[in-house]
Amino acid sequence: MVSFAAFRRFRAQLGRPSGGFSPGAKPDSRRSLAAKALWTRNPLNMNLPASLNKTPLYEWHVARGGRMVDFAGWALPIQYTSIIEEHNAIRNAAGIADISHMGRLRFEGPGAAVFLAELLTRRVADMALGQIRYSLITNEQGGIIDDVLVGYYHDEFGQPFYVLVVNASNRPKVVEWIRRHLPPERAERPGHEVIFTDVTRLWAMFAIQGPRSVELLQPLVDVDLATMKYYRGAQTRILHPAAQRQGGIISRTGYTGEDGFELSVGAGVAAGIWQAIIDLGRPLGLVPAGLGARDTLRLEAGMPLYGHELSEAVNPYQAGLGYACHLTGYDFPGRDALRQISAAPVDRARIGLMLEGKRPARQGCEVYAGDRMIGEVTSGSFSPTLGKSIAMAYVSPEFAAEGTQLTIDIRGHREPAHVVGLPFYYRQKK
Amino acid sequence: MSPESLLFTPTHEWVAVEKTPSGEIATVGISDFAVQALTDLVFLQLPAAGAKVEAGRPFGEVESVKAVNDLYSPATGTVVEANSPLVNDLEQISRDPFGAGWLIKVKLDGPLPSDLLDHNAYRQQCAADEH
Repeated sequence: MVSFAAFRRFRAQLGRPSGGFSPGAKPDSRRSLAAKALWTRNPLNMNLPASLNKTPLYEWHVARGGRMVDFAGWALPIQYTSIIEEHNAIRNAAGIADISHMGRLRFEGPGAAVFLAELLTRRVADMALGQIRYSLITNEQGGIIDDVLVGYYHDEFGQPFYVLVVNASNRPKVVEWIRRHLPPERAERPGHEVIFTDVTRLWAMFAIQGPRSVELLQPLVDVDLATMKYYRGAQTRILHPAAQRQGGIISRTGYTGEDGFELSVGAGVAAGIWQAIIDLGRPLGLVPAGLGARDTLRLEAGMPLYGHELSEAVNPYQAGLGYACHLTGYDFPGRDALRQISAAPVDRARIGLMLEGKRPARQGCEVYAGDRMIGEVTSGSFSPTLGKSIAMAYVSPEFAAEGTQLTIDIRGHREPAHVVGLPFYYRQKK
Repeated sequence: MSPESLLFTPTHEWVAVEKTPSGEIATVGISDFAVQALTDLVFLQLPAAGAKVEAGRPFGEVESVKAVNDLYSPATGTVVEANSPLVNDLEQISRDPFGAGWLIKVKLDGPLPSDLLDHNAYRQQCAADEH
């Protein structure tokens, strides 16, 4: 049983959560504006270390006035104008975000399907062409190493390949985990070869999200977006000269709770394609959106973020992600532990909290039932769409029922909140 | 208030002093630079009338979507009035940080600290912060 004390010790070891969206800002920080050098208007951002990774759109972000921060070792914009404006644009029209920092890992060869089935918690071998699944990678104790998307496609020879999309902050760890489970004798086994390529730097990736996404992207691609199912993808030509006759992969996936797509294209043509989307989208209200808006959007959608709701100190059942675990098929690291864990009552539950007051709760704030500390906030912010402060937290399961009245200690202030179901926000189906 | 007539802290608060029959009253707010740096204000906590404030010490908090920021008092004294309606209209701070966006009025205990920046010095510091 992972106690809260162990969870907090683990978080303390992590220091600032590696997946977190709050560079330098801790719940009880006493930072003055003068100390926030990264938050200045300076588009040249001389304060960022030169060693940060840059996506193919880096120059565009800087030229556009993006406020650049170090996110998992990548220079990315938190916002261009206002986080709330960018958030609202995605809810009401469309937004485009550069997500080229996310790890893309390609697996092919006759042994690839089984290799992934023996690595991921989710079924892989029965995936249809173009299907995408949300999955976890767990360690031997059932703790979450990363949460990933796995997509199944065919290449130009009609040969299957898989693409794993992994969190930027976990890419080194996941790659090392893969290599550990893929020694040469496995990778090169005749008839069962597994070819693993980290294509992160070869492919840029964009998230285009919002109710007008289909309308705005359709002229650019040669697959029918209106009929593309959720969690499906396809290879496509990019119908714009900027693509220099190259194609990409487009999927109806996203991290915002709105309709939308994620598009992968070659890094060399990415900047031109991005500009083409900006130009196509301008009359429809498309704005570029930074990491700040992505965080408020995913929080409203109740989606977990690694380093907040997910870590190696958390198992899938605590996180409410049991659906991503297939325990009766291939053996993967942690399967036996998960069988035991899933057979017992869950020892802590992920909940949504709606605060009565405006003060936002933040990661690390303790949650109380009366005088008893019963949990901890994992993510919190002001919700632009709901106009209230919301948070996700882990609490003892007896306090997880909707409507339960709790208080959250925010820098010494005990703020009332009540438990609500997740997600906080459902998009209107149009 | 026109910014040129104000004094500033290095932490982006401004102060203007008025002599009144009941003593010197300082009005305190945050600068346009601060507002631009923060964006997306979502929460404000101000002290109540009667609270003591001390130069260089926090008197309240302003929170943006991403982070909470202390507000540092430029002066030592007693709060005579807080701009409470602001709490439900944070946009006012962004729209008019040197005027209607004022935060607190303080009855001064003594003179202002001598190390406050005049408008030119403050702008120079802001420019230096950006590079």
